[in-house]
Amino acid sequence: MSYGADAKPQMGFFTDTSLCIGCKACEVACKEWNQVPESLQGFTGMSYDNTIDLGADTWRHVAFIEQNKPLQVGLDGDGGLATLQEGEHLRWLMASDVCKHCEHAACLDVCPTGALFRTEFDTVVVQQDICNGCGYCVPACPFGVLDKREEDGRVWKCTLCYDRLKDDKEPACAQACPTNSIQFGELGDLREHAAERLEQLTAAGQTDAQLYLHDKGDGIGGAHAFFLLLDEPEVYGLPPDPIDTTRDIGSIWASAGAAAVALGLGVAAAFLGGDR
Amino acid sequence: MSDYYGRPIIKEPVWTPEIPIYFFTGGLAGASAGLAFMAERTGNEVLARRAWIAALGGVAVSPALLISDLGVPTRFLNMLRMFKVTSPMSVGSWILSVSGVSTGLAAVNSLTGLFPVLGKASKPVAALFGLPLSTYTGALIANTSVPIWHNGRRTLPALFAAGAAASAGAAATVMTPVRHAAPARRLAIIGAASELVATNVMEEHLGGVAQPYHEGSSGTLTRVAKVLTAVGGMTIGAWGHRRRSAAVIGGGALLAGALTERFAVFRAGFESAKDPKFTVGPQRERIEAGRGRGASQRAAA
Repeated sequence: MSYGADAKPQMGFFTDTSLCIGCKACEVACKEWNQVPESLQGFTGMSYDNTIDLGADTWRHVAFIEQNKPLQVGLDGDGGLATLQEGEHLRWLMASDVCKHCEHAACLDVCPTGALFRTEFDTVVVQQDICNGCGYCVPACPFGVLDKREEDGRVWKCTLCYDRLKDDKEPACAQACPTNSIQFGELGDLREHAAERLEQLTAAGQTDAQLYLHDKGDGIGGAHAFFLLLDEPEVYGLPPDPIDTTRDIGSIWASAGAAAVALGLGVAAAFLGGDR
Repeated sequence: MSDYYGRPIIKEPVWTPEIPIYFFTGGLAGASAGLAFMAERTGNEVLARRAWIAALGGVAVSPALLISDLGVPTRFLNMLRMFKVTSPMSVGSWILSVSGVSTGLAAVNSLTGLFPVLGKASKPVAALFGLPLSTYTGALIANTSVPIWHNGRRTLPALFAAGAAASAGAAATVMTPVRHAAPARRLAIIGAASELVATNVMEEHLGGVAQPYHEGSSGTLTRVAKVLTAVGGMTIGAWGHRRRSAAVIGGGALLAGALTERFAVFRAGFESAKDPKFTVGPQRERIEAGRGRGASQRAAA
């Protein structure tokens, strides 16, 4: 898809989890702006996380992880990490997860109706007037972002506030974030800034710090929503090496074609030897 | 290996049991059309008519099953808004459309003599499109992030093709008088043997990811499918050419086996999606073996 002269700069999120204080303002702002239905799922006991995961009715999800890990940097340092630390031995990680708006988007590739499309901002959005609820995108997404809304049968996910972008406004979550953990901007600028931040944190002794989905060479071609994490991705419920499985579509069709030919030969072979 | 409170990383499919039933009916219809076409070409009208009936039954219920699974069933025609090779569901919708119409015309012509020109022209089309109709469903589930499906992408279409052959052979064996049913019996036995081989090759190839095929409810379904398929195939092979009762029992077992196998594959996908270890494990192995670069970068030392 090419927008030609109508193309806009590639926009995205850089979520710097080292700045997250777990206030969930992003979750609330998203719900309010996008009129996302309530998603009460009870008390989980998963630290402060009762949102559980991303889904049809949860487009931002703040993960909370309590770890018994020694502090890597001094509280009085200027790494901006002090907010994470409570006491001597508790490392409390918080991270606001969101749709990654993949460059190679599995959901978009498999959508049979064209309901999922790439916008002029290079983000990935579901057109609700076209989605027929076939559900193919749900298990296709390597991050488990999309889900079907039971009430109306359609699939819903983060739009990166497509409506606000069209009005030159930043997405609701980024605007509401009080610590600037969620940063919105042009992708190139965000990537540059993220690399600088990683250097800064690593220099301050935070050697577990890593950029996630920052690189265009990964299995989804880089994300429009990428992250700075303070531990391995799976600790946050994120896959360490996600891929858009459609990259294998050639071999998948080859297998299906070969199987179809074999079936044809099998049927023909059944007639060798006549009718006895 | 760490995870986030044991929560799944990918979503379980939202598909209902209509889908594995469709995998079965689509395969039954597809291979039955081929069987009917060949029977007609070799002058076996008795077998041809019955195989066309099976094909017609399959393509008649298939769209109904698929539409009823949709979240917004009234929008089923949106499936034909575009043709996308990256989406096996899109390609499959077109295959099923062509297959459905051609099989319908062919079957009606075979049974009633109506549509002499169109019906005759539809028969090779139905036979031909029946082949991908039987296998694209394997491609469909293979192109997802569900580890047990995606890692089985080389064998799933073959497994479904074998199940289709077994189903079509079995249905015709059940419906056709013994002396006209020899090709159907051979197709049933070829299909049953191939199905058992394909299942084992797939499990072998999947390694640790195959666990849901061995344990829990999907493991039970897999074992039941294997027993039904083996018993059905052997019954038809040993006694199917002599006794109609054996043909009916053996054919029934094979049909049940093919249906159960589709449910086994379907349910295994849910189990595979549910446990984060199946998602993270192979990805970590990929990174460690240098076959995947991973999505994280630390700062250069």
